[in-house]
Amino acid sequence: MRLAEQIRMAFLSLFRRGQASTRLDDELRFHIDRQIEENISAGMSPEDARAAALRQFGNPALLRDQTRSTWTGAWLDSLVRDFRYVSRTLIHAPGFTLIAVFIIALGIGANVALFTLVHRVLLNPLPYPASDQLVSIYEHESGGSTHAYMPVAAGSFSEWQRASRGVADMAMVSPFQGYSVSAEGGKLPEKIEAAMCSWNFFSVLGVDPALGRSFGPADDSPNAEASVILSGPFWQRRYAGDPSVIGRKIWLDAKPYTVIGVLPESFVYSGAFGGNTVQVWTPIAHEFPPPVMTTFQDHEAIGIARLYPGTTLQALVSRLQGVQKQIKAGHPEPAVHDSVIGHSLLDDAVQDYKTPLYALLAATGCVLLIASMNVASLLVARIASRRKELAIRVALGGGWLRIMRERIFESLLLSIAGGATGLFLAYAALQWLVKTRHDMNRIEAIHIGGSELGFTILAVFVTALFAGLISAFSSKFKDVLGGLQDSSRGSSSRARAGLRRTLLVLEVSLTVVLLVGAGLLLKSYQRLRSTDVGVPVDNVLTLHVGLPGARYKTTVQRVAFFENVLSQVRALPGVQSAGLVSAAPGQGYGGDDLVTVVEHPPLPKGTGLDLQIRGADPGYFAAIHLPLIRGRVFTSDERLDRANVVVISQKAVEMCFPGEDPIGKHIKIGSDGRVGEVIGVVGDTRWNITEPPMPQMYWPVFGNDWANVAIIVRSPANVSAFAMPIQKIIGSLDPDLPVSGVGTLRESIAKSTIDSQFDSLLVLAFAVIALVLAAAGLYGVLTYLVTQRTSEIGIRIALGARREQLLRTILFDGIRPALLGLIVGLAGSAAAVRLIRSMLYQTEPLDPAVFASVAVLLLAVATLACILPAWRASRLDPIQALRTE
Amino acid sequence: MGKPSDLVQGTLDLLILKTLLLEPLHGWAIGKRIQQLSGEVLQVQQGSLYPALHRLEQQGWIKAKWAESETGRQAKFYALTAAGRSQLEKETANWNRLSTAINLVVGEA
Repeated sequence: MRLAEQIRMAFLSLFRRGQASTRLDDELRFHIDRQIEENISAGMSPEDARAAALRQFGNPALLRDQTRSTWTGAWLDSLVRDFRYVSRTLIHAPGFTLIAVFIIALGIGANVALFTLVHRVLLNPLPYPASDQLVSIYEHESGGSTHAYMPVAAGSFSEWQRASRGVADMAMVSPFQGYSVSAEGGKLPEKIEAAMCSWNFFSVLGVDPALGRSFGPADDSPNAEASVILSGPFWQRRYAGDPSVIGRKIWLDAKPYTVIGVLPESFVYSGAFGGNTVQVWTPIAHEFPPPVMTTFQDHEAIGIARLYPGTTLQALVSRLQGVQKQIKAGHPEPAVHDSVIGHSLLDDAVQDYKTPLYALLAATGCVLLIASMNVASLLVARIASRRKELAIRVALGGGWLRIMRERIFESLLLSIAGGATGLFLAYAALQWLVKTRHDMNRIEAIHIGGSELGFTILAVFVTALFAGLISAFSSKFKDVLGGLQDSSRGSSSRARAGLRRTLLVLEVSLTVVLLVGAGLLLKSYQRLRSTDVGVPVDNVLTLHVGLPGARYKTTVQRVAFFENVLSQVRALPGVQSAGLVSAAPGQGYGGDDLVTVVEHPPLPKGTGLDLQIRGADPGYFAAIHLPLIRGRVFTSDERLDRANVVVISQKAVEMCFPGEDPIGKHIKIGSDGRVGEVIGVVGDTRWNITEPPMPQMYWPVFGNDWANVAIIVRSPANVSAFAMPIQKIIGSLDPDLPVSGVGTLRESIAKSTIDSQFDSLLVLAFAVIALVLAAAGLYGVLTYLVTQRTSEIGIRIALGARREQLLRTILFDGIRPALLGLIVGLAGSAAAVRLIRSMLYQTEPLDPAVFASVAVLLLAVATLACILPAWRASRLDPIQALRTE
Repeated sequence: MGKPSDLVQGTLDLLILKTLLLEPLHGWAIGKRIQQLSGEVLQVQQGSLYPALHRLEQQGWIKAKWAESETGRQAKFYALTAAGRSQLEKETANWNRLSTAINLVVGEA
């Protein structure tokens, strides 16, 4: 009963406060009226009665407040009052509020975005059951080579699988394959990325198909019927999610494959060698030719394993290392590796992103720190001009704790507004990232969830507390008392600003570090873009075609097709020159082979000459403007069975024929024994703009079993306009042949610099944010100091000080912390840039030009930020200044 | 009017609850009744009376109703609840124990 009453009262007090207030007023007024009546009946006159009653009643407002304070939720009253007051003061200073909210939004937004990335991409476990038991196994060269994690040879893998029985389930996958999907039912032929895997690959991961069944041991053999499993998105896109596709045949590389299953839409395999763009999966033992399935020298796959409970990665790797050592002992060819290495499947997906993401997280932490210091600085500058008001409030009994609470409330309101805006900014930034970098591993895992919201709230509170406490403690009692005393003419202002100046120095130095980082990365990116790939990159169009072996069984058929296409392309009006090559410069590795020179003595066991291999037509070298240094290129009749000639690059000459003339000598390919006579030497080209050029050899493409080529077309203007006509030509020769990779050479090279461009843009964004924040900080502090010293400046002007002199003095006062920060920052950068050495290309970390331009930029911005307050100070009317007491 | 004596807050609650035992009254009447019943010794200041009344109402010992007063104007009448009645007994017992103890110490019979 009593509880019901209490609840009813609480409800009334909270939600019918206004009504309750009016009622209280009525009640008190009734009391006064009765007192007046009593007084009148005791013989007083009406006016005296009223006066006496009111005198006796005391302070009605105080009584009302005391009574109201007994109501439940009384603390709510003072909170609402504070809130209204603080928001009113903020709304009346729109410039300050907007700048403060913007600054906090930048700080919190950047942090939330990066926290989302780190949490969802790096820390979130993979979406497979017991994913911490999943590992990825690679081959390794114990003598140390350029890459630690190297693909696995299928023969080695079989040995490993046998040896790992009892400690792990192993499967292999080759995720960098591709097929041409045939045109059927009105769909166009398409080139898609594919993976070939062991039959137990999906069960090792713990993934079940959404439709149909997974592979079984019977599917994973050379004599089985060809089967394929589709990925969810591919099934949706090409077959409109039709469930009857199970059991149907689709044509990959002109061969029929039965669709036996469809994977869940959300399934993505992300590895260090790709896999997140795979559209179809086929059994590896069925797809790999038998020699590739048993070789120890041809590395075409990646190993994965699910460790049994109790087995560690190290244990498995040691066991496999033993096996691989035996393999190397039995097969000492240089292409056979002698060791094994592994890491967790999660690391396999995200290893490359760890350093940049953690570096960025550190950067955003700095930015948030700078942002809160800035807001604190601005808040304090604002308080400085209200010292008198605060002093009077305290003197009237306003409660000094109340004032502190107000300061914290103010920064809390600003932080909440900034946090909401920042969350929105982070969301927008992440959306942009997902759209532009969908090649990034685990990008599908990025979304803003509960923990990110929690982090935002935490960031808001930390910012509010940090900024609020700084500004609250700067309005201390001593301060306030001093404000009332007329004798305080800004004498101790210098000491009070000491803490803030130190903060400002720190802020500026952090900004300098970020600016230097951005400058170096930009320079690195620029160097990358302008790197010579070996040939001029303008006005060249490339298109890729791959002839399926099922339809073009003989070399003669393939060569006929190529020659046909090439002659038709050359006949197009406007085409300056055209050629065929197996892999164009800057467009990928393209394969390599170990060779020996026939005329030279045999090389010591275990060494070999590794040359990148290319197929080209006679007109290619002229079309791509690859300079011929010695000898000649192929003639038109060096084709098919007369194609045993080879053109090598300059670097190949240095490697294979040091100090002698290679023309007329012979090169023998190790893997298939082909011999070719060296007839010419051409310039080097880079296969990837970020890597140094490798020695290369060119064999005639009209012969020698080439099936995949790029058509190179050069034209003086608007070369992209030839894409459609050439695709039509190919379509007329073979309507079921997809054309892929259509684009200019310049575009494809730009693609390989995307990582560097992305990194530098990102750090540049942070550096700009930090610069804006530092400028705001400088402005805030100088404004505060000027306000403190208003009377002093007024006196100076009244006593005849020159305004320009004053401007210079104050300006220098403001720039001093910036200068100090610059020096500290440059020193800090010199130490810190060593960390990003790995991300720089042809740029020294201690580049003097970058350091110098950062210094100049910072000084310019600092001057700009300090000019306004200094100018305002120098324009003070002395009488006004002296009157602000 | 006599000089008011200090009243402890808890004691004021006890007096209010006792006053309302007989019949519902409004705030003015409660103050007058206490003055009357105590032989003009205890004079309750409205600065303590109204906060006490509202606190008792929030705690559910008394409940309020607006009704027409003896002068014809609307006034807020307070009445004792069942819970308030038992609280009154408890408070009375407490007060008796306390006053007996003080008397023992002070030494009067």
